[in-house]
Amino acid sequence: MNTIFYIAGAIALLSSILAITNRNAIHALLYLILSLLSISVIFYILGAPFIAALEVIVYAGAIMVLFIFVVMMLNIGLEEELENKWLKPRMWILPSIIAAILLANLIYALRVLEHQTVTPQIIQPKQIGISLFTTYLLAVELSAILLLAGIIGAYHIGKQKKKIIHRFLKK
Amino acid sequence: MVTVSLEVQILFAGLLFLIGLVGLLVRRNIIFMLMSIEIMLNSAGLVFVIAGSHWAQADGQVMFIFILTVAAAEVSVGLALILQMYHHFKTLDADALNTLRDKNER
Repeated sequence: MNTIFYIAGAIALLSSILAITNRNAIHALLYLILSLLSISVIFYILGAPFIAALEVIVYAGAIMVLFIFVVMMLNIGLEEELENKWLKPRMWILPSIIAAILLANLIYALRVLEHQTVTPQIIQPKQIGISLFTTYLLAVELSAILLLAGIIGAYHIGKQKKKIIHRFLKK
Repeated sequence: MVTVSLEVQILFAGLLFLIGLVGLLVRRNIIFMLMSIEIMLNSAGLVFVIAGSHWAQADGQVMFIFILTVAAAEVSVGLALILQMYHHFKTLDADALNTLRDKNER
């Protein structure tokens, strides 16, 4: 099982790196889907089968399809030259140094854990459901309101407004 | 079941978060910036699930479901904003959004 964890983790890290360094948006999205699927494998072997299924269905199935639809709608690939001017290898140095400092910080902070290995138990979806609808009932209702606001906001913002010009202003 | 130590698992989630952070800092194409935010949100959820499985509690997975909800709402609004941006400026470059900048000062 540990080997599966390491393999899936390596695939997730590699495909995430490929996703953010790729120039083609569709290829990057496909790498991102690969990364999400391997994270879903990690969820499964961590004893969270419900979350693994939810990751595949909602993240890789719904959110990424939304991304792909937008990328296809905008027909991206025409204005790549503009970013190519910016995206030199030199640009990656400073953010990578900042990230490396943060990583060193994290490693230093994680020393206190001292190799705790507890074999995780499988948490059934029933437990999650009971916890969702008793302890976290208020948060579930709030997230329903958030989703409603998201729907209305996306509809309102994404609407193509017809430009109204007075007839004297028309050329 | 998996017996990888807790620190390796959290380190993995931290590495994923940092990859998303570097992508957000470096890329100027706004679709890639949104994708990097997705990677970061996902790694935050991964930490919740790791902690939940470590203490055998369902709360971590409940938190992941909430993160999923927030990510879905954020992506739908963000993509609508991207559509409007492309409609107005005909580009996806985040540096093109400089209407408030002083034109005299370059």
